[in-house]
Amino acid sequence: MSDLKKIKDEFLSKLSGKLDISEINKIKSDLFGKSGLISTQFKKIGTIAESERKKFASDLNIIKDELQDLINSKTNELESAEINEKLEKEKIDITLPERSFVRGKIHPVSQTIDEISSIFSEIGFSVEEGPDVENEYNNFTALNTPENHPARDMHDTFYLDKKKQKLLRTHTSPVQIRTMLKDQPPFKIIAPGRTYRSDSDQTHSPMFHQVEGLHIDKNINMGHLKGCLNYFIKEFFEVDKIKMRFRPSHFPFTEPSAEVDIGYEMKDGKIIIGEGNQWLEILGCGMVHPNVLKNVKVDPSKFQGYAFGIGIDRLAMLKYGINDLRAFFDCDYRWLNHFGFDPLDVPTNYRGLSR
Amino acid sequence: MIITFDWLKDHLKTNLKEKNLLEQLTNIGLEVESVKSLSGDNELFKVAEIIKTEKHPNADRLKVCDVNIGENEIKKVVCGAENAKEGLLTIYAPPGAIIPKTKTKLVVAKIRGVTSYGMLCSESELNLSDESDGITELSKEFRKNIGKSYFSKSKSNLIDLSITPNRPDCLGVRGIARDLAASGFGKLVDLGEKKIHSKNRHTLKVKINKERGQGCTAFGSCLITNVKNSESPKWLKDKLISIGQKPISAIVDITNYVMLDINRPLHAYDADKIEKGIIVRNSKSGEEFTALDNKNYKLESGMCVISDKKGVLGLGGIIGGTRSGTEFNTKNILLESAYFEPGSIRNTAKKLNLDTDAKFRFERGIDPLSIEDGLNKAAKLIKEICGGEISKIDIQKIETYKTKKIKFDPNIFEKISGFKISLKEMVKILVDLGFEVKKDKERLELTVPSWRPDISQGVDIVEELVRISGYEKIKFIEPIKQRKKSTLNKYQKLFHFLQRSVASKGYLEAITWSFTDKHYNDYFRDIKKEIKIINPISSELGVLRNSIFSNLILYINKNLDRGFKDLSIFEIGPIFNGSNPGEQNTVVCGLSAGKKSRLSWIEKDRNVDVFDVKRDVVQTLVEAGYNSEKFFIDNETPNYYHPGKSGRLFLNNKKNQIAAYFGEIHPNILKQIDIKTESLVGFEIFMENLELPKKTLKDLKLKFSFSDYQKSERDFAFIVNKEVKAQDLIDTISNVDESLIKDIKVFDVYEGDNIPENQKSIAISVTIQSSERTLNENDLEKINNLIIKTVEDKTGAKIRS
Repeated sequence: MSDLKKIKDEFLSKLSGKLDISEINKIKSDLFGKSGLISTQFKKIGTIAESERKKFASDLNIIKDELQDLINSKTNELESAEINEKLEKEKIDITLPERSFVRGKIHPVSQTIDEISSIFSEIGFSVEEGPDVENEYNNFTALNTPENHPARDMHDTFYLDKKKQKLLRTHTSPVQIRTMLKDQPPFKIIAPGRTYRSDSDQTHSPMFHQVEGLHIDKNINMGHLKGCLNYFIKEFFEVDKIKMRFRPSHFPFTEPSAEVDIGYEMKDGKIIIGEGNQWLEILGCGMVHPNVLKNVKVDPSKFQGYAFGIGIDRLAMLKYGINDLRAFFDCDYRWLNHFGFDPLDVPTNYRGLSR
Repeated sequence: MIITFDWLKDHLKTNLKEKNLLEQLTNIGLEVESVKSLSGDNELFKVAEIIKTEKHPNADRLKVCDVNIGENEIKKVVCGAENAKEGLLTIYAPPGAIIPKTKTKLVVAKIRGVTSYGMLCSESELNLSDESDGITELSKEFRKNIGKSYFSKSKSNLIDLSITPNRPDCLGVRGIARDLAASGFGKLVDLGEKKIHSKNRHTLKVKINKERGQGCTAFGSCLITNVKNSESPKWLKDKLISIGQKPISAIVDITNYVMLDINRPLHAYDADKIEKGIIVRNSKSGEEFTALDNKNYKLESGMCVISDKKGVLGLGGIIGGTRSGTEFNTKNILLESAYFEPGSIRNTAKKLNLDTDAKFRFERGIDPLSIEDGLNKAAKLIKEICGGEISKIDIQKIETYKTKKIKFDPNIFEKISGFKISLKEMVKILVDLGFEVKKDKERLELTVPSWRPDISQGVDIVEELVRISGYEKIKFIEPIKQRKKSTLNKYQKLFHFLQRSVASKGYLEAITWSFTDKHYNDYFRDIKKEIKIINPISSELGVLRNSIFSNLILYINKNLDRGFKDLSIFEIGPIFNGSNPGEQNTVVCGLSAGKKSRLSWIEKDRNVDVFDVKRDVVQTLVEAGYNSEKFFIDNETPNYYHPGKSGRLFLNNKKNQIAAYFGEIHPNILKQIDIKTESLVGFEIFMENLELPKKTLKDLKLKFSFSDYQKSERDFAFIVNKEVKAQDLIDTISNVDESLIKDIKVFDVYEGDNIPENQKSIAISVTIQSSERTLNENDLEKINNLIIKTVEDKTGAKIRS
């Protein structure tokens, strides 16, 4: 029996037994180490007679491969057995609680403002802002509300000086004035923000939010106003159809003026917008009064258009079923958590206003 | 303005039903605010007399009344009203009646142990008036009605209209009827009122003083002599009761009726109590009189008063005085029908805090040409009911009413409304509303009716035409989806970004009021000026906030009281630096209380601390696009922060504008507010101080460079004086070689054993990498030594061996 055959048989039998990893490593070095049996055989190749050399080398390679494969597979077997054994010991109670985390939330008013901006963005409005403290002129006079006009009674105003020149704005309409004084027509803006009236009960809060809309161009008429608001309300409430009613009203800064009601019904104590026979007032609007345009140096014979003012808090209440306006500003942790929105829920045109 | 359909029918001929009426009123801008039933089963409410009262055995404030309701049986009623007394005539509601105000059904009930059969009603409970002090007191004329129903059997509902301030003409039933008729709802009834033809002289002299600011421009009057004032006839009483007014006496009821019917306020004086004629003049400062509301008013100068020789009789157009008021025994009457300037009425009423039906009408503008109509209508009724002789009418004027004319271009109607109506239709509407219309080529020449002070230009006419034609005729023009300008500017984008960035770090967004409690504001005012609100809603909301902390800390405390321990809230909004428009800043303000983590099976207990808020601030700014490597931080902070545990952050070392403060809230404030929490830390980011990022995302993403050569980390521990800041070491090291030093981390700060007193050890790990080649040991050794030498030279540090 040749040496090769002997080596092969001997090691095949060794490898067939139950081995641990160090025994396998020993076999490996006995065979393939520097002076291992196989390595030694390879070194012999040069000394073998030409005629047998080829066969010898070929046999040697076959044996080498066979033994090596066997060793590899034995090693793998052992290693995976070892991992399995380790995994067996590493089992944990996965029902134990995770590390604590906190979730921040966006206030429903902020979310609603973003929703409104997103809707009006789609039809070309940009966002303008103005200061919370206003002068009497921007808040009233420029908006065609003269001194001693009973319309001023509609706004119970907070004043900052005895002369009643400085006040907390009672609506976002002064942003119209600021915008038109600053730029040239056409104007197409919305202006969301804080507004103030000295009024406080279930449905009134001394601070609330409004969004003003203004579109002034050459031929903007009441049809555009109606179309724009209809579009907005449908988009905002995420419904296909909306029942909307325009009815005449009066604001000093618009003429003709309208108040807008939307249809709703109550189902299981919840307001369903767009259906039913009940009407809910949600905004005031109208064609910007020529006196206002004159006050901001816009020629009313060339330019005309509409303006509207919407209560943001009220919209949020309707959409998200919030009953008490005062709770918006009460900062109750439970309320903020319940009605707040995840900061990643950014209302956009392409992904929609809400999930 | 309250009306009934029945009353409306005095002026409007219509076959339509009340339901249609309600819709139509709203459609033409006379909004129906509510529809109340005065009655329901209103026959149940009976005139009754209290015949005996006793104190309730178990309640001091209650009485047990024996009530005669015209039946054999006397009813026992428990009543809490102070004015319930023997002999009082009042209104009784039996069990089963539904109280109009509360809509509750009465049942026989035990009140503190005594059974009460029904209830004695206040005027407010019956929707008769707002009077809720005590039960209704009826005049003795009602004695003969005991046991009869108080209300007439009218089935007409109370329709409450919200009349906008531009429409004084609709503060009378006739004005409302006119609008309805114009809109096609019926036909306006011609009342065919006849003028008084009298030969009797008007013997009382009336004079309007011509003086500056005179609030009265015309004063019409007539005398009615030898009247016998009495209770009003049933039709008149029913009329007033039907809209919730309480009848008083014929003369007063008639003046009220004329005011409500044709919006012509009148005033009746007992002529015998007027001393030598009427003078309409400005008041002198300090003059006093007692008004019909039984209150004494002290006048400032320049208020429009009706006076006689003895002094003030009343405030013109607002309220009469008791001295010259009519009573049941009044014999001779002076009936006034005047015009008062809206501005003057408003100023006076505001100063005296007075509100009356007459004032409400005059300040909106009464028809200046209705003076005579009002006198005619009222005087005739008085003669009819109370008898007497009417004198000639006398009208004193210091100004004459000028009719308003408008040239109206019919084309602007479509330009504004977006729809068309025919010229014929326009003319019809305007004529029905009382305009005189002449066609003048392309235009309409319009004479505005004297009762419409709100109409002065073309657009006012457009409004009338759209309103009466119906707003439902306005088309829907779909908006075009096109954007020419970006929706948000850079500042607004940053606002949104910061808002959501902070929220994503576990803060709940709060929105609190822009005003706050002065005491809380003072804690966080620092060196800012206090801004007072002149007329705050309450003293706790008396100043504009100088910092958002004042509100947040208040609400954090409330939430702690609710049992929450670990709280993080923030607000992004204005703070105020002055009382002028624009003296405000937008601040992102966050506050965290309690612990970052509570002891659990996996986590250790740890209070929230200054480095938590520092991370929130820095991370937020980095996310918003600012380079944290350039940030400069020191410890100069306002006095509401813990002086040793707070910081001030600049975007760069030019230190131009403060980007943010962060730190622990000063322990003194916590003590004074009595806030109980393990830790309270906060931050403020000042939006206006953040330079808007110059580069857009598009620009930022263009350049991408990185190094694949091997990185090495080297650790250093320096012993430094205690005052030396970690930032100084970091800055010094990064300046050694900016091209090689990629990252610097402080991994340990240590004081104590083995470290000399007043010194500390700071251990720093520095990452070194070249973007050109792999550095060898030699290179690394060189930079190592350079770092040590530079730090030692510049900061006085010693490398720890």
